[in-house]
Amino acid sequence: MGKVVAVTGNEAVANALRQADPDVCSLYPITPQTDIVQRFSSFVANGQVQTELLNAESEHSAMSAAIGAAAGGGRVITATSSQGLALMWEMLHIASGMNLPIIMPLVNRALSAPLNIHGDHSDGMGARDTGWIQLWSENAQEAYDNTIMSFRIGEHTDIRLPIMVCMDGFIVSHSIARMEYLEDDEVKKFIGPYQKVNPLLDLEHPKSFGPLILTDLYHEYKRLQHEIMGRVKNVVLQVSDEFGKLSGRKYGLFESYRLEDAEIALVILNSAAGTSKDVVDELRDKGIKAGLLKPRLFRPFPYVEVGQALKHLKAVCVMDRADSFGGYGPMFMEISSAMYQADGEGRKPKLINKIYGLGGRDYMPHDARKVLLELNEIAKGAPVGAVKEYIGVRE
Amino acid sequence: MKKWTELVPGAVVLEAGSSARFKTGSWRTFRPVWLQENCIQCLMCWLYCPDMAVKVVDGKMTGFDYDYCKGCGVCAKECPGKQGKKAIVMEPEGK
Repeated sequence: MGKVVAVTGNEAVANALRQADPDVCSLYPITPQTDIVQRFSSFVANGQVQTELLNAESEHSAMSAAIGAAAGGGRVITATSSQGLALMWEMLHIASGMNLPIIMPLVNRALSAPLNIHGDHSDGMGARDTGWIQLWSENAQEAYDNTIMSFRIGEHTDIRLPIMVCMDGFIVSHSIARMEYLEDDEVKKFIGPYQKVNPLLDLEHPKSFGPLILTDLYHEYKRLQHEIMGRVKNVVLQVSDEFGKLSGRKYGLFESYRLEDAEIALVILNSAAGTSKDVVDELRDKGIKAGLLKPRLFRPFPYVEVGQALKHLKAVCVMDRADSFGGYGPMFMEISSAMYQADGEGRKPKLINKIYGLGGRDYMPHDARKVLLELNEIAKGAPVGAVKEYIGVRE
Repeated sequence: MKKWTELVPGAVVLEAGSSARFKTGSWRTFRPVWLQENCIQCLMCWLYCPDMAVKVVDGKMTGFDYDYCKGCGVCAKECPGKQGKKAIVMEPEGK
């Protein structure tokens, strides 16, 4: 059975990585992720893991080294945040294009300029199209569980893809919360030994990675990548189901909270979903049929399932902790697509988009309450004003 | 040409030495010409050639493999020659 502890999100994730005992960890520190690789370095120094630690000179190099080590045939981890992820950008596409299952906790932080170290989702959303799987986590427990599951998901022989495990910078990474660790041997057994697929370090079977592929075949390789991404959903469900049997904690493609009989709902990621659930309960007590959907698997996005889960609602607000300047918030674009394709039998929910919490701006219960009450009015027939609007901002 | 369903994920090339089938000689605009009388058989050209296009037989330079030589000119640049006279010179392809 698990052990109940009070730890920060970073400590929880570092321990998940320790329990996985990867072959290689290439790292470069960046706030608020530094704590993860710092703790992991201690595990290496203390002999608690057999990992080869590689201090790179930048995140671009850290990801390049991770790619080399993964192509070589090792189980590889790294971790980053914000500008670090931005600097990795070029290499992120190479990791996914080469089908290398690199495991990377991403402690979400705002992007410069202006310089800000606090939590928002601009970094992860900016990596939306890099071909990586993305799992998002509400709290330390989910970040820990997702990190453990990410090894099984990314390394699954049906897909072999790199995977980011996202959690909110500071709000989760640096706050101490109650959570439960699994035993080391349980995790070891769950993750299992690393299965090599076409390792470069195999003198009996020489091979090449990273060939030049031009107009004759590039389009075909991308079609294959699209196909492989399509298999991720089932792998996530299968691994989550198995993890549920081990831990007692159930995970799906997203979390539905009081959604089945709801008339209005928020779609919201990560830590702010926790705050919002309290407000959903409060409004339910007052007779307002509120609910919430918290995406977990953002890439690949489960459009059909999300569309099914939301189509009965009268009004939905998609909350974005990132902005696509000149566009709607990134989550709103996904939900809009899901709803357009959903079979709504002629009736679909009104959709609005609120941008909240940029650069770590607090998201408070009164913010959730205000949005839900606005949705309640829209559900009763009030006109939709601006589709996209900033909240919690001084006007 | 292969269909997408026939490809190896990650574009990994599982066969060794397959670049031999990819002839790059047509990229050339200048060709290296070997002047045997100035050659001291130092093999610097063979060492520097990035395309294994210097043909060496029994440890001796014997000429170039123009199927693969891209005409980069590194061999001519590195060639020490004999008494100030280069054993490799670059000539325009059209000449």
